[in-house]
Amino acid sequence: MPILWLILLVLALGLIGFVLGRSRALSNAGGDIRQLHSLPSYYGSNVLLATLIPGLAVLLLWLIAQPMVIHGQISSMIPESAYTDAGSLNLVMSDVKRVAEGLDIAVQEGALSVEQARDIRTEFTDIRARLGEVGVALGSNVEAYVLKAAQRYRVMNAVGHWIMTGAVLAAALAGFAYALMRTNKDYRARNQVEKVLLGLLIGAASLAVLTTVGIVLSLIFNTIEFFKLYPAMDFFFGTTWSPSFGGGSELGILPLFWGTFYVSLIALVVAVPIGLFAAVYLSEYAGPKVRAIAKPLLEVLAGIPTIVYGLFALLTVGPLLMNVFGEDGGLGWMQGGRSVMTAGLVMGVMLIPFVSSLSDDIINAVPQAMRDGSLGLGATKSETVKQVVLPAALPGIVGAILLAASRAIGETMIVVLGAGAAARLSMNPFEAMTTVTTRIVSQLTGDADFASAEALVAFALGMTLFVITLGLNILALVIVRKYREQYD
Amino acid sequence: MNDMRIVKRDVDMNDTKISAKGVQVFYGDTHAIKDVDVEIKDKTVTAFIGPSGCGKSTFLRCLNRMNDTIDICRVEGNILLDGEDIYDKRVDPVQLRAKVGMVFQRPNPFPKSIYDNIAYGPRIHGLAKNKADLDEIVEKALRRGAIWDEVKDRLDAPGTGLSGGQQQRLCIARAVATEPEVLLMDEPCSALDPIATLQVEELIDELRENFSVVIVTHSMQQAARVSQKTAFFHLGNLVEYGDTEQIFTNPQDERTESYITGRIG
Amino acid sequence: MSDFTADNSPAAGKGSSLFKETARTKRRNAAEARFKAYGIGAIALGLFFLIALLSAIISNGIPAFKQTFVTISVELPEAKLDKNGNRDPAEMAKVTTFGYKPVITNALIAALKAEGIEIPFAKEKDVADILSSSAPAQVRDTVLANPDLVGQTVDFRLLASSRVDGYFKGRVTREALARDKNLDAEHLDIADQMVKAGLMETTFNADFIFGADASESRPEQAGIGVSMVGSFFMMLVVLSLALPIGVAASIYLEEFAPQNKWTDLIEVNISNLAAVPSIVFGILGLAVFIQFAHLPQSAPLVGGLVLTLMTLPTIIISTRASLKAVPPSIRDAALGIGASKMQSVFHHVLPLAMPGILTGTIIGLAQALGETAPLLLIGMIGYIASNMPDGIASGFLDPNSAMPAQIYEWAKRADPAYYERAWGGIIILLLFLMTMNIIAVILRRRFERRW
Repeated sequence: MPILWLILLVLALGLIGFVLGRSRALSNAGGDIRQLHSLPSYYGSNVLLATLIPGLAVLLLWLIAQPMVIHGQISSMIPESAYTDAGSLNLVMSDVKRVAEGLDIAVQEGALSVEQARDIRTEFTDIRARLGEVGVALGSNVEAYVLKAAQRYRVMNAVGHWIMTGAVLAAALAGFAYALMRTNKDYRARNQVEKVLLGLLIGAASLAVLTTVGIVLSLIFNTIEFFKLYPAMDFFFGTTWSPSFGGGSELGILPLFWGTFYVSLIALVVAVPIGLFAAVYLSEYAGPKVRAIAKPLLEVLAGIPTIVYGLFALLTVGPLLMNVFGEDGGLGWMQGGRSVMTAGLVMGVMLIPFVSSLSDDIINAVPQAMRDGSLGLGATKSETVKQVVLPAALPGIVGAILLAASRAIGETMIVVLGAGAAARLSMNPFEAMTTVTTRIVSQLTGDADFASAEALVAFALGMTLFVITLGLNILALVIVRKYREQYD
Repeated sequence: MNDMRIVKRDVDMNDTKISAKGVQVFYGDTHAIKDVDVEIKDKTVTAFIGPSGCGKSTFLRCLNRMNDTIDICRVEGNILLDGEDIYDKRVDPVQLRAKVGMVFQRPNPFPKSIYDNIAYGPRIHGLAKNKADLDEIVEKALRRGAIWDEVKDRLDAPGTGLSGGQQQRLCIARAVATEPEVLLMDEPCSALDPIATLQVEELIDELRENFSVVIVTHSMQQAARVSQKTAFFHLGNLVEYGDTEQIFTNPQDERTESYITGRIG
Repeated sequence: MSDFTADNSPAAGKGSSLFKETARTKRRNAAEARFKAYGIGAIALGLFFLIALLSAIISNGIPAFKQTFVTISVELPEAKLDKNGNRDPAEMAKVTTFGYKPVITNALIAALKAEGIEIPFAKEKDVADILSSSAPAQVRDTVLANPDLVGQTVDFRLLASSRVDGYFKGRVTREALARDKNLDAEHLDIADQMVKAGLMETTFNADFIFGADASESRPEQAGIGVSMVGSFFMMLVVLSLALPIGVAASIYLEEFAPQNKWTDLIEVNISNLAAVPSIVFGILGLAVFIQFAHLPQSAPLVGGLVLTLMTLPTIIISTRASLKAVPPSIRDAALGIGASKMQSVFHHVLPLAMPGILTGTIIGLAQALGETAPLLLIGMIGYIASNMPDGIASGFLDPNSAMPAQIYEWAKRADPAYYERAWGGIIILLLFLMTMNIIAVILRRRFERRW
């Protein structure tokens, strides 16, 4: 693995730099550590960092850039007649890569010489058979342009690799030499090292921004692609969802919205009263012992992965509801175990600790003086809670419910397993419906062509989901923050 | 039996309102109040004074069982309100607190309108027949709280928007609105500026006409200004209890004298 | 509650006795009792759900750890398995599992006859449906690994078919088999007799914990071991990236960040990322790591990267809390004797905050371990995790599954025998999560300082 070797080489260079930098500073000070501006190890670290950072930065940039450059170069070599749309260009490109890998393996195994691998022509050799001999199976015969592109790909890769090695080592050595040259006893090594460290810290902190940018960009670009293929108005206001990879899909988001909304509504109807009453009981009534047991037990519900809830919905709650509301129960409202009710109930259970611990915090933030004032007037505890504590905590509780709603809307596994796959606009909670998140999963898994509207729609759905949950979160945070300021 | 007592009270307005005998209070293992006997008169302002941590607030909170809200607190002995033991099993603390109202150290208006703050007590206790009746009660309470003129134009404004002194008078008006028989005040002026303090003190003096007022204060001057009776607490003991004038001019106990003259406290 | 009461009995008019509870107080106390009961009811309901969930997991999942095995002596005839008789594994490999099937069937029939168990089928070889279809492969692998066994009679412990297994676990009934073309009720009679004769037993199944996934038709063979390894490699990625990056980011934000727009932007981003639905991280992973950076699909490396981004906000939030808990006096003391800001942070504040940081990291890891949705989008389902990775690079880069993704995959398969596997997988997953959380709690208890 040559890149690993390269990294090790740069690391080794850095270590040498550390030792040299340290001893150079010491000898410059005549071996007297008191003459140095900084501790000796800082001089070493300075050279170490000056070696590693340029070297590894060049390596990283190169590794990101090279495939893109080569990809662009190679795809321009493929004749336009070979592909009719962008989707099959990707297929051709993956063929090219497979052939190139095959040639690599053939050379390694000695089935082809290096020159042969570079120069063979489809006109003279049956490439498929030759590669088959070394265990590289190709789906079809190799077209001439594919082979040519593959050979070019190999050459570019090899050349790129050598230049990269050179560039990385050059950058590392330059940093090494520069830092070592500047090392003398008056050099402010500590300040320099700390400046670099601070830069690294800032970089780490900025990763959060980068992640958001990455999310937004990957959603936006693909969403724009989608809207080129499918009109935005039909997407946002269409009432039919029936994707078909053969074409002629109808991709209206409204049935998905309705399913998402309905499931979340049931979840909140379950979670909010239970969570709120539990929080009130825990913070206003329960003794320390009950609190110490009940609170962590409730929070266990929050630590259980959503896949477990999904399975619970699919295999336990669904059949249970079927027994009551299905054909067997005599009511006949339910056709199958998967339904809005199944997913909603289980999601509600998942959200109970979420609502209760957020509300608990918020209720505890209401000053004791409020309660004393009310009790001192002769109010009962429940009157105090209902008429003083809860109204005072209301903004915070609304914020908590908004956060819970955002969780419900973005939840995936429970609805994937429990809600079903049928997109419909119906009022019956015992019918199977589908949600935004389940459709994202189903459109992006499987062997879909990523350039088709049917796959790209998932990004538009993701974008919508992202915007809605982000909006809810920001709103909730603003409300909660306002509320906290009131009592701080 | 009850009827007889009521008649008697009606005749003798200056009778004992609250009588405490052998009261002990424990916070967990801490013995906070040691064997306190005291008789609190009706239509009188009684001041509890003493150095901080002496138990005067704790004792005050026993008088309307506010200590019940603290899990580790335990009260022994008898406290009689009009001859009835308030720690009797049959007594509902909610009903007791309607008779013995309380005003706290820091003004604590509810985050509701001024009107709703005052109306809260009458509403939970069902004192008003209808809306007009309630309006009347609120106005009366605000007048008694000496704050009516300042807020009559903005009864719908939130109570939390008032100034500190106004808030405290609002809280007093809120306590008065439930028509209590005794009003407990736990250092009601400690969070207020001197002008607001003066207004509240004047108010306390007026309240004496209708209620028995018990006030805890850390300020001896305040006790001297507003009270007719004074009790001096020290380390959980009731050291001395008597007419205010007598306590401040001619204390019987050495410790009281030291405190009055500023040697302890 | 209405403001004005019809009977209008004031609570405590002047002079009324405290000992007499008024009608109004009675009503108010009843309301109080009701309200309190609602609270207790809510808690009880929450705990009931927890118990229901856990008992569903345990009762459905425990059977996955047991499996029905058939122990029979199999004669390995040279004529069929090694025609040339030179015991060359390469040549013997030309005999496929189809060649081994009759050998095993004959052995089973012989064993049954030896015990005097009657075979009520028109075609005697139908009795072989009792065995898992993995049995020939198992025998073949053993023979190829040790060619000298050919010609001998060897004892084999073979998997029973999942339906026979389900029969002993109560999942499969004779009535249900009427509609099943894979197995007949007569098979179950034979199975019952085999148990009596000691040829068949249901015992602990280590292969479920350590084994690999199997194809859809062989649930009896499926295990969670390989996806466990996949999860392990993902956690390695998460730990080695999220911990240093998270700590570095928290140190910057808590100790060095100036009050400016950029800092605000970072803070807002972190709190919002913590609430972004996990599926959106999956979309990010698909678009950036797979489509843009051309990293391999289904690789634990990619899964780890996505989970790292998802876990970072959690780790940053908890790390900042524990840095904040270190009192400023410690920083002042270090700065006061001439340490640089960086030295005071790295020499004094960070070590003191370490227990809190580790606790937060473990909880973040536990969260990442149980996360499923983003893994679906980067191709960690639909893949049958049948091979253990060979070596570290392969562990990171070769397609694999992860525990929650494996559970999801099993839940999707139609055979109820796989549902049992899914529940069993959940038990293992929850055991890991429980262990991690307990470690976190112990760390917190042990090292938590109160300043």
